[in-house]
Amino acid sequence: MHRTRLVAAAIALIMAAAAAAPLVAQDVTATMDDPRAGLAAGEKNTAGQAALHMRLVAFAPKPAEFDSARGLTFINSDLAFRGDIVYQGNFSGFSVWDVSDPASPRLRSTVVCATDQGDPSIYGNLLFISAESPRSRKDCGIQGVEDGGDRMRGVRIFDVSDPDQPRLVKNVQTCRGSHTHTIVPHPTDAGTIFIYVGGSSSVRDSAELADCSAGALAENPNTAQYRVDIIRVPLSSPEEATVTGFARIFEGLQRPPGRGGVAISDTATGRGARGPSGCHDLTSYPAMNLVAGSCGSFGILLDARDPERPARLDAAADLNFSLWHTAVFSNDGRSVVFTDEWGGGTAPRCRATDPQRLGGNTVLRIENGRMAQHAYFKMLAAQTETENCVSHNGGLVPVPGRDIMVQGWYQGGVNVFDFTDPANPIEIAYFDRGPVDAERLVVGGSWGAYWYNGYIYSSELSRGLDVLELLPSEFLSENEIEAAKLVRMEEYNPQMQPRIVWPAAFPVVRSYLDQLARNRGLPESRTTAIGATLDAAERATGRARRDQLNRLAAELDRDAAQASDAARVRAMAEAVRELANASR
Amino acid sequence: MKLVFRQLMLASLPAVMACAARGTVDGPAASTPEAGAAAVAPGFTAADVRFMQDMIGHHAQALVMAAMAPTHGAGTQLLLLAEKIDISQRDEIAMMQQWLADRKQPVPDGGHTHAMHMPGMLTPEQLAQLDAARGREFERLFLTFMIRHHEGALQMVDELFASPGAAQDPDIFRFVTDVAADQLDEIGVMEYMLEILAAHGGSEIR
Repeated sequence: MHRTRLVAAAIALIMAAAAAAPLVAQDVTATMDDPRAGLAAGEKNTAGQAALHMRLVAFAPKPAEFDSARGLTFINSDLAFRGDIVYQGNFSGFSVWDVSDPASPRLRSTVVCATDQGDPSIYGNLLFISAESPRSRKDCGIQGVEDGGDRMRGVRIFDVSDPDQPRLVKNVQTCRGSHTHTIVPHPTDAGTIFIYVGGSSSVRDSAELADCSAGALAENPNTAQYRVDIIRVPLSSPEEATVTGFARIFEGLQRPPGRGGVAISDTATGRGARGPSGCHDLTSYPAMNLVAGSCGSFGILLDARDPERPARLDAAADLNFSLWHTAVFSNDGRSVVFTDEWGGGTAPRCRATDPQRLGGNTVLRIENGRMAQHAYFKMLAAQTETENCVSHNGGLVPVPGRDIMVQGWYQGGVNVFDFTDPANPIEIAYFDRGPVDAERLVVGGSWGAYWYNGYIYSSELSRGLDVLELLPSEFLSENEIEAAKLVRMEEYNPQMQPRIVWPAAFPVVRSYLDQLARNRGLPESRTTAIGATLDAAERATGRARRDQLNRLAAELDRDAAQASDAARVRAMAEAVRELANASR
Repeated sequence: MKLVFRQLMLASLPAVMACAARGTVDGPAASTPEAGAAAVAPGFTAADVRFMQDMIGHHAQALVMAAMAPTHGAGTQLLLLAEKIDISQRDEIAMMQQWLADRKQPVPDGGHTHAMHMPGMLTPEQLAQLDAARGREFERLFLTFMIRHHEGALQMVDELFASPGAAQDPDIFRFVTDVAADQLDEIGVMEYMLEILAAHGGSEIR
C-alpha cells in the first residue's frame, strides 16, 4: 500500500537522530483525494455522507432534553452496553436506548443530571457516571453551583434495574472529580469491584471536600495530584461505595529516551520535575491482569493483579504525542493501540495541513511487560476548519485471527482499521458525515464507536446515536463478519476490555482460510482444496463430520511446516479441532 | 462575587431547557431535578471573560517565540515542539475568540502581545535576547522561557479555578482543563530537553 510505505518512511525519518529540518515538508498529511473530503454540512442526519464497506443502519436523534447545540453543555459522550440496552452519556445526563432491534433504537428514558463529561460504565444493574466539572451538583440540577457544599465531582452510581426509572443511589466524591473511570473487578470476590478514576482537573478546596490538597509530591505528600484514586464498590450495597485509596503510579517515572522523536541521551535521566498529574483514562484488561493508562505525555502499562496496588511495568513517551488519551489492547494482549487527543477534541486537527504523526494513534508491541513503539495511524481524509477532528475512542471488532479496531474521530467520522501488523496498520472501512455547520465550528461527530453483538454503535456528540454495519469487501470477508457476529456479549464497557472467545463454528474456521488466501499464507491450490473439504464436512453430520474435520486438522498440522504464515495455519488447525469436538 | 453575566446568559437560553426530565433521580443526597424554571445551565463570570481575553495575548506571545525556531538554528526536536505549539495555540486563540464572540464580549485580536502583567510573559528585552540567539543558545533560552511561559498559563488557570463561580460553563471548563493538561505535560517534555541540552556538550538537540 502506497500510504503505508509513506507511514514507515515518516517514522523512520522521525526516529532518525540526524534528520534535516524542516520535517514538515516530508510529512504525510491528510488528503483531499477522498470521498470524505468536501461533504455537505447539515444537522441531524441531513449532512452529506460517505461510506466504504460500511452501512448506516439507523440514526436516532438526541432526546429533546439534550437537543441543543449550545456549546458543550448538551453534547453526548461515551457508551456502555448491557443486554439490549445502550447507555449513552451526555454532559447533562444520560439516555437509555433499547436496541433489541438495532435498525430502530427506542428511547427508554432520559435522565437530566449535569455531569460533564458523563462517561458511563455498566456492571450488572449499576450504572457509573463520571462527573468532573465544577457545575455538577449533588442533586443533579443543571443551574450550576454557588455553594461548594452542593457540588458533586466524582463518580455517580445509578441503579438501572428498571431502565425506565434509573435511580441515583450514591455520589462518590473525589478531590479532582472524574473525567473518566475504569472498572477493575476484584480478582476473587465477585461481590466487589474497584473503579480507577481518570482525570487531572483542578483539586477542590479542603473546605469543600476534606483531605483534598494540591501541590508537588515532594512538598506535599498528601497531594491529590500525581495519583489515581481508587473507589471500592460493594455490589450488594452500592450506597457504601467509597474512595478506598490511591495509586501513585508515576513515582520515579523516567522519560524513556529514543522513542518516536524523543531525543536519545546517555546521560540525561529524563526525570522531569513534573510528570503527569493523572491519567486521562485507563483501560483494564482483567483477563490479562493488565491496565494501560493514558497519562499526560506517557502511555503506562500496569500490572493489576492486585487492583488496589497496581504496579507500573513500563512507560512510553513520544514527542509527537501530546495527550495520551485511550488504549485498546489486542485480544492476545500482545499489542496495544494508544490514541492521542491532540487539542482536546474540540479543535480541527484533520485538515489537509495536519500531519499524520500528530493527533492519531500509535501501535505498541508488548513483550515481557515492555512496550516497543511501531507505526502511527490516523484517519487521513482531509476535514474542514469547522469539523473538530482528532483520534478518539473505539474498541475491537472480534474477527478471529486479526486485530481490528473501530474508532470514532469526532467529525472525521468512524473508521475501521487492521493493526495485526503493528508496523503497517491499514484502514478497511469508514463512515463520515459533513460538518454540523459549514460556517462555524459546532462541536460534533463520533465520540466513540464500538462493535457490540453484530453492530457498530457510534455516539454522535451533536446529532444522536448511529448504528452501523460492516459489509464484506476485499479487506474483510463475509465469513469474517459472520464469525465476529457469533461473539455475543452480555455486557461491554469500552474501558474494561473483555477477552473475546469464539465459538466452534464454520465461519470461524473459514475466517482463517480467507485470511490465508488473502495473505498467501498457503498456496492457492491448498486453500481451494481446504475450502472444498470444509464444504463437504459441513454437508456431513455427526461422526462423519467429526472424522473429516479431524483429518483436515492433521493435514493443517503438516501444512504449517511449509506455510509462510505458519502461526495462522496452526490457529486454524486448532479451530478445526474445536469444531470437530463440537460435532456429534 | 456575583455572577454578573448570568442575566445575559438567561436571555439566550434555548427553549429546550424548559423540557421536563423523563427519568427520575433520587437518592441519599439527591432529589428529582425540577422541570421548567429550575433547569437553567450556569452562565459565565467576569473572571471567565478576563481569563479568555488575557490568554489570547498570552498565547500570541508563544506564537511569536515558536515562529523563531525555523530561522534560529533549532534542531529537529525543538522544531517539532515549536510546530506543535504553533498549531495548538493558533487553534486555541481561534477557539477563545469564538467563545468571547458567542457571548458578545470584546474579542482581542491574536496579534496583541503587550499584556505584560500576565504571569510567565517575556519582557521585550527577553524577547530580543531570544531573537538574537542562535543554535544551542537559542534552544536553551527558548526552553527556559517557554517553561516559564507555560507555568504562567498554569498559574492563570489556578487563579481562574480559585475565583468563585468561575469555569462552570462547560466550554470554558473543558478548554482550560485541556490547556492545563497540555501545558503541564509540555513542561515535563521541555525540562527533559533542557536536561539533554545540558548533557550534550555542544550541538543542538537532534
